Amino acid sequence: MTASSKATITLTVNHQAHRLEVEHPWTLLHVLRDLLDLTGTKRGCDRAECGACTVLLDGVPVYACQMLALQVGGRAVVTIEGLGDVQHLDPLQQAFLDNDGAQCGYCTPGFVLSAKALLDQNPDPTELEIRRALSGNLCRCNAYGRIIESVKAAAQLLSEAQPRP
Amino acid sequence: MTTTADRTTKTNRKYRVIGTRPIRHDGHDKVTGRAKYGADIQLAGLLFGAVLRSPHPHARIRSIDTSKAAALPGVKAVMTGKDLPEKATPPGNFMETLADPQVLTENVMARGKVLYKGHAVAAVAAVDRHVAEEALELIEVDYEVLPHVLDVREAMKPGAPILHEDLRTRTTAQMPGDTPDTDGPTNIASHVQFVQGDVAQGFKEADAIVERTFETKPVHQGYIELHNSTASWSTDGNLTIWKSTQGPFIVRHQVACILNLPPSQIKVVPMEIGGGFGGKINTYTDAVAAVLSKKTGHPVQVVMSRKDVFEGTGPTSATHMRAKIGATKDGRITAVEVNLTYAAGGFPGSPVGSGAGTCLAPYKVENLKIDGYDVVVNEPKSAAYRAPGSPQAAFAVEPVIDELADKLGMDPMEFRLKNATRTGDRQASGVPFPSIGCVEVEEAMINHPHYKAPLEGPNRGRGVALGYWGNAGMNSSATINVTPNGSITLVTGSVDIGGSRPALAMQAAEVLGLAAEDVHPSVGDTDSVGYTGVTGGSRTTFATGIAVIKAAEDVRDQMIKRAALVWETQPEDVEFKDGVFTSKKNPEDTLTFQKLASRLMGTGGPVTASASADPKQVGPSFSGMIVDVEVDPETGKVDILRATLFQDVGTAVHPSYVEGQMQGGAVQGIGWALNEEYFYGDNGVMANSSFLDYRMPTSLDLPMVEPVVIEVPNPGHPFGLRGVGESSIVSPMAAIANAISHAIGQRLTTLPMSPTVVREALVNGDK
Repeated sequence: MTASSKATITLTVNHQAHRLEVEHPWTLLHVLRDLLDLTGTKRGCDRAECGACTVLLDGVPVYACQMLALQVGGRAVVTIEGLGDVQHLDPLQQAFLDNDGAQCGYCTPGFVLSAKALLDQNPDPTELEIRRALSGNLCRCNAYGRIIESVKAAAQLLSEAQPRP
Repeated sequence: MTTTADRTTKTNRKYRVIGTRPIRHDGHDKVTGRAKYGADIQLAGLLFGAVLRSPHPHARIRSIDTSKAAALPGVKAVMTGKDLPEKATPPGNFMETLADPQVLTENVMARGKVLYKGHAVAAVAAVDRHVAEEALELIEVDYEVLPHVLDVREAMKPGAPILHEDLRTRTTAQMPGDTPDTDGPTNIASHVQFVQGDVAQGFKEADAIVERTFETKPVHQGYIELHNSTASWSTDGNLTIWKSTQGPFIVRHQVACILNLPPSQIKVVPMEIGGGFGGKINTYTDAVAAVLSKKTGHPVQVVMSRKDVFEGTGPTSATHMRAKIGATKDGRITAVEVNLTYAAGGFPGSPVGSGAGTCLAPYKVENLKIDGYDVVVNEPKSAAYRAPGSPQAAFAVEPVIDELADKLGMDPMEFRLKNATRTGDRQASGVPFPSIGCVEVEEAMINHPHYKAPLEGPNRGRGVALGYWGNAGMNSSATINVTPNGSITLVTGSVDIGGSRPALAMQAAEVLGLAAEDVHPSVGDTDSVGYTGVTGGSRTTFATGIAVIKAAEDVRDQMIKRAALVWETQPEDVEFKDGVFTSKKNPEDTLTFQKLASRLMGTGGPVTASASADPKQVGPSFSGMIVDVEVDPETGKVDILRATLFQDVGTAVHPSYVEGQMQGGAVQGIGWALNEEYFYGDNGVMANSSFLDYRMPTSLDLPMVEPVVIEVPNPGHPFGLRGVGESSIVSPMAAIANAISHAIGQRLTTLPMSPTVVREALVNGDK
């Protein structure tokens, strides 16, 4: 590694702007976990295969292990810590809680964020659309059934909160 | 699928709390990202470790030169196997080590020889992960490459490359002449044998006999969280290890063995665990992180890469198996002969013994002979994986049972039920079964709408198979403290891998007349709670539950004494029911648990209770699957149309998590059946050490597996619990094999039944 491989970027994470000095090989995952202490984003493969590190980048779900820090300068990231507020869980978090949508919980943040991206785009998805939207996230406890139920329940919660015309 | 609406619906009318579905106590932390797993720990001055692994499956290490790595800026320490004591020393006689300590230490870091591609040979600690990985490339290892062997049958042949010159076959065989020559070096680490009756005579009495051979590949536990260790070695010699593990006390013991330390000097702090399935019991990088911490004076964290996890941690055994079963025309099994050969990996210790002990569990058989061989090969040391050894053996026995039923013209479930094992029948080992629900599971399968539903259309087939796991007991401890508002804290030594916090809290709540929410459960470190065995063997809710119940009963009795003190009467004059203490002499004197809890400081001080459990009456669990498949004749791809998993769970404490275990095990079994395997090249290198190429089930692959909970209470637990975590993985491979055979008219005998294999069978026909 050479000392010159550094750059400064600005990055908005969970609605807060950061100015960060990053090294060229650093991934967004490394920045989130090791610089910003946002350890809710999980590392599972480093190769875009498991989805545990899924975050929203300008609203789109991405694998944080596959984005270089240098690629995300000026952009906005939402992690699991950025959902809900101090008093309230996000409806998706509430639904995962209410429907036992986790076993070990390690893949849960990634699933919640993939589901968040789906519901933001499509508030009333079919089961197949849910399965497709979550197909980039692995759950080895195989809680898929309850995860899918959780997403359906979240869609329901959202529609009750904001009745559509 | 039960949802929020019926969260308080009781499935079990006998109990107040058992059978309800409270929200898990760790739920908020799990959905908000606050839950701290092993790699999430942050410590001042933390250094990052990385491990160099062998590129060869079998080689002698001539020398290791670490000087260039040590000189790289940012590198703080380098270690090799020479930095660990040569001999592992157990600090006393201890049965629950679960692995030979010397094997463990040589697996943690190679000495002299590497035995598989991925075997650790050296490690570094550096200021960050990138520098550590860069330093690994500067370590020079001079290897003398040796011939390697991967296949168990090859490894058993005379002249095969020998992994351990000093290995001799350990045998429990009962019949002379059955054990191979063990005078010289061998790769056969052990031979187990179970014999009952007269097998030759039994086959003579048979009207039909089916015999087949089977093969399975290594499969990995596949947990998403990577193995991790964070160690801090203090100047006073005390060592703290934070990690994700199924067994903090096992880690403490194993590290004590490897580093020759007294266990009391090691504190293991269990972090949350992102899946284990048996693969996170034995130690891998803990002693490495510890030694690097000792050398640097800093805490050191080692987190494996996914490739390291595949190549350096246990998959379960590949197998070569043969099963021969005979039966009379009227469907009575007369004799069974099973031969199981399991790959142990680089060191002895495959689960062939459990395979041999469990494979005939669903059947009452008078004449049987089961042989099991544990064979070392140049692959990672195998590790426990959910019902270790049992799923493979069921894949040998259950399809032969099915084919025999076909041959006899009998319904496959009717044939099974006719030979079903019952409470008191002898197991293969000769030990009688305790109370079991084999018949109840089979009857539930026969009576389920799925079994009767028509299945029409070409290339479709239905299959059934049974599964069994004996479940474990072992030791557990728990401590309860009563707080002034009447809520209690519950500390156990059992890591929560998927719902044990609520399942344990509910048992305390049941005893004390509290709500599950009044109990605050947590997982203690090895200094703060009594010895507790692994979260494994489906033992936690059962065995730790018994410790919890005992502690809760102690709390109840202490509280009764306090009430007696308040009322100036005798404890025997105090009644406790549904959380209320009442004076028998003066029924108007009542105190709720909460009221009395607020008065403890004036009546003798805090109420605290600790208890340990050593349960003897473990409740085994039978299970079974009905599955419908459709085979694509063009591609050989198998689709699961419908799957129903039946399991005797004794008593379902938290039905959501019971169902979750059943579905989880079933889907892992489906992955094992259809997709998962280690591909080895001729060079002994795993070709698919990534989740892209090692294909596990995704949300798109499967329909919902319907769980059917059967409750035959286990008399060995106050609330009737049996272990529920493992039995569910045993039957799916065989059930799917049977379904495929009914779909395509050919028996498949290898796992996985991938499109390639199915397509080949369609083209070439039955071999």
